[in-house]
Amino acid sequence: MLRLFSLIALVWTLAVPSLAQEADIDTRAETGGATTLEDIMRRQEGLVVDDAYRSDLTGDPDAAAATTDQLGTLGGASDPDLWRALRYNSADITTQTRGPAVTTLMQDGGMSWLLFREGPLLKIGVYLLGGTLLALVLFYLIRGRIRIHGEKTGSTITRFKAFERFGHWLLASSFIVLGLTGLISLFGRKVLIPAFGPEAFSMLALGSKWVHNNISWAFMIALVIIFVVWVVHNLPDRTDLRWLAKAGGLFGGEHPPAKKFNAGQKLIFWSVILLGGSISLSGLSLLFPFEFNLFGHTFSTLNSWGAPGWFGASDLPYPLSPQEEMQFAQLWHALISLVLTAIIFAHIYLGSVGMEGAFDAMGKGEVEEQWAREHHSLWVEEVLNDKTAPTKEA
Amino acid sequence: MKAFLLALVALVVITVGANQILHRIGFSADAATVSSNNVRLPDE
Repeated sequence: MLRLFSLIALVWTLAVPSLAQEADIDTRAETGGATTLEDIMRRQEGLVVDDAYRSDLTGDPDAAAATTDQLGTLGGASDPDLWRALRYNSADITTQTRGPAVTTLMQDGGMSWLLFREGPLLKIGVYLLGGTLLALVLFYLIRGRIRIHGEKTGSTITRFKAFERFGHWLLASSFIVLGLTGLISLFGRKVLIPAFGPEAFSMLALGSKWVHNNISWAFMIALVIIFVVWVVHNLPDRTDLRWLAKAGGLFGGEHPPAKKFNAGQKLIFWSVILLGGSISLSGLSLLFPFEFNLFGHTFSTLNSWGAPGWFGASDLPYPLSPQEEMQFAQLWHALISLVLTAIIFAHIYLGSVGMEGAFDAMGKGEVEEQWAREHHSLWVEEVLNDKTAPTKEA
Repeated sequence: MKAFLLALVALVVITVGANQILHRIGFSADAATVSSNNVRLPDE
């Protein structure tokens, strides 16, 4: 008899937890289809909560409380129905305020945007820019300055005309100011306010914003100038493959032949044009808020191709509220700017302390002939042939 | 360095000029997001 009781007790202790687990499966039913404790816990942990049980429940008279019910005082549209519609931005809103995006009363993107902007985005910035600077210092310590190997001739060749240098410096100076003011805006709340206080940062932030917004036009104009004057010299060709195969001679003594721009410079050029163009577009959409939206349509197109699935991700959010468009534009603007800044760090290094004779190209426009022969041998031949050609004809 | 100095001058001119032009034609972020008009109810 005792054994039988023991067996029953054992079965009972094992069965109760499993019954409880089964009961957990349909917790939604326990709350009458409303938010569960699990939903609240997931939200507090910052996890994705499937809101379909609420967001899909708006604008449907069948889902609303009956007019005869206690909550059915508004007829087919109950109070909860109205609040759900406001919560998920599906309510039919009219306002007296005239302006873009004024009928969006609530949108979900703000919180995830803020969390990303204050966390991962700043970390990416620090690691990317700090890592690039560290890598350049290490490269300098290991490789040293790239010297002119042959004997200097004392004669120079015109590398860049005045207008080319003007375009380059307009782009460079505007980019540096945009980078600094952009970093001030990005790291203001987390770094500068705790360091200098809100009053000091307020002035800095206002000034930075004005400068950042208005100097952007000089950047865009300069971007067009350098594209027009240099695109012909930056089209890829076979010499680039040879140059890349030898890593531009960075680690050996041999300099692979190159035309006016070598493959490394071409990569910099196209990075500046494509990333700079993308930064300009997202910047314009931020400069004139809600005037033109870039991301909703792009996300929709990518979803239709199934692009997120290629990386094992779920569909990108669509449609986006006007505010979410701005949030994505800000994140994209900052991310691409950080990537381009890291690339430009390498460009500035090689154009100044990293390579003997390189700065003269943009400083004076004239370069030492021996430098040109070592780094741009095919271009030197072209230039010298052009010089001698009229003499031969004569 | 003449090209560099000229670029700096152009930078300042474009920056101030763009601001003035956009401000005068009323095509600015301010104009897009701020309204000086209040909602007024008629006096009874």
